[in-house]
Amino acid sequence: MSLWQIFNMGQTISEKILSAHAGYDVKAGELAIVNVDSAMASDTTAPLTLKAFKEMGGTTPWNSEKTIFVIDHASPAPNERIANLHKLMREFARKTNSVLYDEGAGICHQIMVEEQHVKPGQLVIGADSHTVTYGALGAFSTGVGSTDLAAIMLTGKTWLKVPESIKIILKGKPNPGVTAKDIILEVVGKIGLNGATYKALEYSGSTLEYLTLGDRMTIANMAVEMGGKAGIIETSGLELPYHFEPVLPDSDAEYSQTLTIDVSSIRPKIAKPHSPENVCDIDDVLGTKIDMAFIGTCTNGRLEDLQLAASILKGKKLATGVRMLITPASRNVLNHAMADGTMNILSEAGATFIPPGCGPCVGTHLGVPGNNEIILSTANRNFPGRMGNPNASVYLASPAVVAASALTGVITDPESLDK
Amino acid sequence: MTGRVHLYDIDNIDTDRIIPGKYTKTLDVSTFADHCLEDLDSDFKHKVQQGDVLVGGWNFGCGSSREQAPIALKVSGISVVIARSFSRIFYRNAINIGLPILEIPDHTIADGASLEIDLESGKVYDGNTEYSASPLPQVMIDILNEGGLVPYLKKHKTYTF
Repeated sequence: MSLWQIFNMGQTISEKILSAHAGYDVKAGELAIVNVDSAMASDTTAPLTLKAFKEMGGTTPWNSEKTIFVIDHASPAPNERIANLHKLMREFARKTNSVLYDEGAGICHQIMVEEQHVKPGQLVIGADSHTVTYGALGAFSTGVGSTDLAAIMLTGKTWLKVPESIKIILKGKPNPGVTAKDIILEVVGKIGLNGATYKALEYSGSTLEYLTLGDRMTIANMAVEMGGKAGIIETSGLELPYHFEPVLPDSDAEYSQTLTIDVSSIRPKIAKPHSPENVCDIDDVLGTKIDMAFIGTCTNGRLEDLQLAASILKGKKLATGVRMLITPASRNVLNHAMADGTMNILSEAGATFIPPGCGPCVGTHLGVPGNNEIILSTANRNFPGRMGNPNASVYLASPAVVAASALTGVITDPESLDK
Repeated sequence: MTGRVHLYDIDNIDTDRIIPGKYTKTLDVSTFADHCLEDLDSDFKHKVQQGDVLVGGWNFGCGSSREQAPIALKVSGISVVIARSFSRIFYRNAINIGLPILEIPDHTIADGASLEIDLESGKVYDGNTEYSASPLPQVMIDILNEGGLVPYLKKHKTYTF
């Protein structure tokens, strides 16, 4: 029996998962060396990772099946420099039998979940800050930089400070027109950009029964916008195509803070330029003219997001002067959206499609806005220059709000449209 | 060591402002110096000299996981970054690439000041006041002492603490 059990102190989800991966009971504040279940890098981070791995003396990753590379951030390659970085990734993956998802496969985080490279209770580390997305599955997942990831490829381990957790209780049923994006924007507005730094967010409450896996990914995804190390959602009500043992917190687990949000009373939300914490009710910005509407990203590029947009745009046309870009989160999403007619509806409305991947979110290519343009986006960040032009302004919203606004040309509450 | 201060006492200076995403996709990291902080201060690249110290506000380096952000500051000549607080990924990345960082929540360090810095003790003196930085965990001190995570792992093969 460990000291932990003798004192019978409760553990958070984070403490339980990290204990299981350290091999002994750990508590918040302790440093621990932990075994990693999967390691992932994108084309933004993998080239530096491979360079560091080689310099460390690495040749083959500790576990090739658990080493995953995804070409998504600037894909297909916009220029020869990036094309050669992609080539470097392909060659390394081929040589070492590591897992590679090439251009067009989709956004790393969508693929990691779709292809089951992450499961509930696991510890997954990615060289991308939105690796926190897998908290949707009740996994502990977090982002690191390239060299940290190279170290995992070398050793199968990393070191972490076990985080304190903030408990977020979501209660009640969301109103029509209110989505998971509005819920997480409400949370980010309340916690702030720095409010969860070094901490994990752990979500529970009666709202979870209304949330799909996609909804949960949207919520977990933006943990890092609060500085969070992880954003873990209790798996209550979550259905997956395989059996899993839920990891639940003990009833006497200790939290640094508890925040209860009555989801039944929240309005559609907007994060105004130039920070994700600059959140307001849509009512404060209704009528703001937009130039570009963007639906996609690891936050909101899933099938249900595209279907929601199509339900609003069906048989209608974009407002004059508004352009709309759509980036399906993965090839799987694209295939389903083609099969069920979603893509047709969106195309007939006037939308432009970008291949599955990160698209305009990271400002590398395809869909860079012009000076003084206003973009309404389903992404997770709107820092200055995020989309490639520091003189553009980005508002963040749900796919429903983005689609409704693309129809009218101004920020519009989807519930106010004639049905 | 001593260094001249570039003060950007602004909260939430994110990695997109330290090095915009459009410039990050290259292994020629020296090119980052041309664009480091350009959306925050287009003159930075002309003002910065080898050995200078960057002083930021709260939550410095928030946003993406790109290691290119601390690399951009390092190749620009910055020898130490001081901030009121750091985002956790930036904090790890800086240590991993061998860029010393010091967290000093409460200070009145001025732009252009000459700082005397003792990295070992975390003491910083600006000519008027001596500040003490929050201590780094031992594993980070070990990594920094080896010059970064690459030389650390080359030597130790795995983490030891």
